[in-house]
Amino acid sequence: MSNFLSSSIGKKFLMSITGLFLVTFLFIHLSLNALLLVDDGGELFNAAAHFMATNPLIKIMEPVLAIGFIVHIFYASLLTLQNQKARGKDRYASGNSTPDVTWASKNMYILGATILAFLIVHIAQFWVKFKITKELEPTHIDIAGVHTEVENAYALVNATFGYLWVVIVYVIGSIGLAWHLSHGVWSGLQTLGWSNTVWRKRWEVVGTVVAWIMGLGFSAIAVIQHFFFQ
Amino acid sequence: MEKTINLKLKVWRQDGPKAKGHFETYEVKNISTDSSFLEMMDVLNEQLIQEGKEPVAFDHDCREGICGMCSMYINGHAHGPDEDVTTCQLHMRKFKDGETVTVEPWRSAGFPIIKDLMVNRNAFDQIIAAGGYVSVGTGGVPDANAIPISKEDADEAMDAASCIGCGACVATCKNGSAMLFVSAKVSQLALLPQGKVERARRAKRMVAKMDELGFGSCTNTGACEVECPKGVSITNIARMNREYLMAKFKD
Ligand code: HEM
Ligand code: SF4
Ligand code: FES
Repeated sequence: MSNFLSSSIGKKFLMSITGLFLVTFLFIHLSLNALLLVDDGGELFNAAAHFMATNPLIKIMEPVLAIGFIVHIFYASLLTLQNQKARGKDRYASGNSTPDVTWASKNMYILGATILAFLIVHIAQFWVKFKITKELEPTHIDIAGVHTEVENAYALVNATFGYLWVVIVYVIGSIGLAWHLSHGVWSGLQTLGWSNTVWRKRWEVVGTVVAWIMGLGFSAIAVIQHFFFQ
Repeated sequence: MEKTINLKLKVWRQDGPKAKGHFETYEVKNISTDSSFLEMMDVLNEQLIQEGKEPVAFDHDCREGICGMCSMYINGHAHGPDEDVTTCQLHMRKFKDGETVTVEPWRSAGFPIIKDLMVNRNAFDQIIAAGGYVSVGTGGVPDANAIPISKEDADEAMDAASCIGCGACVATCKNGSAMLFVSAKVSQLALLPQGKVERARRAKRMVAKMDELGFGSCTNTGACEVECPKGVSITNIARMNREYLMAKFKD
């Protein structure tokens, strides 16, 4: 096993599995966030947030998610360094004019770092305030007819998106993510060996669609919250 | 009438593996546009010999695109600006009169420079020696169609087998990865009955050797397949990943 994880393909396998796992997580995250656009003063969003905060499965998934991020970033850094060493220091004086190579595919680490920078801001703004400093006010909503006291996550999200700079940071983070995934999704499947001449084209289309649903979805939520829900 | 051009060449000169290299600028005149890039280099070398200077060292052998020796990185492309050809098959009609042409050796840590434009590609031989062959007795040549092989498999094996081991993929890759070469060798055998017997062992050994020699890993940029003179596809890399992962998970 250690032999497998020290091989180039073994390390890429971990990158791919964690990357695709993070994509699945983001899909769920985006679906829930879409409730922020329901014009009901945040009731539905608070109900969903309450469900997520109390669901045991989600409690288990939280550390798994953190590990997913850590493994992905760790191997991304390790492989990037090893690849730089394999390439060597000497550069071509005539540069590289190979056509048909996407910018994203050559700059995955930089795009990843953009996501990471965003992630730190994001965690500080929400996760820390939800879980550590517990800055949420209680509010009352009806869940399936039952009057329940829940934390008003919506109020914090809404207030945060009131700042224009926050919206700008979110849009940059989302576009970086979309770019990362425009290469990442198909690349991850190719790494798993799940590709051939036919599937490669299909995965590239799927990857691009997934990337821009995420990128535009998360951006739109921040922008619409700022301009229409204040 | 034959058309001729004059060129300015910027050629990498390096006395030996440890020596510090530099670019030297030369001019060549009246180069026939029907000649090949290597013939143009021959003209340059004749000229240098006449002037009492040291000719440029470069690798070449077959001069018909099958041996893979002619490693030159020309104007930002491995094997020059034309598509799907080796340097020896590159015609001078691809260049404009008066153009400056930069000629460099493959640059990747896995291929150290020997002299001028020559690099040491022994690493590829070591990878082949690690498992790129069939060691079981497969008998004499079987009758045609005695072992049915699907058209798709035959085609894909043939396409993979067209790899000539030139190293343009490594030279182009931003990660110094040899995955396209190794995957072509793994694929050409894994697809055919004679090669299938040892497929798991082969994938594991060749990948292990490739890693040991310090080649990088693949980020699927696809630059290698664009510059490959034989158009070997990166779908072979997906197949090698599959072969390797399956072999490892079975252990
Ligand atoms: C939500 C966050 C992220 C998601 C959903 C994600 C997703 C992915 C996916 C699916 C891949 C393809 C894996 C493969 O080719 O085998 C990938 C590759 C990669 N990621 Fe991420 N990633 C995220 C964050 C990051 C971060 C924070 C970094 C670095 C600081 C990073 C750096 C990389 C690198 C260097 C690659 C390798 C490129 C390649 O091999 O094609 N990623 N990512
Ligand atoms: S895969 Fe193509 S570029 Fe790489 S060694 Fe073989 S023929 Fe040359
Ligand atoms: S000299 Fe043999 S391929 Fe060019």
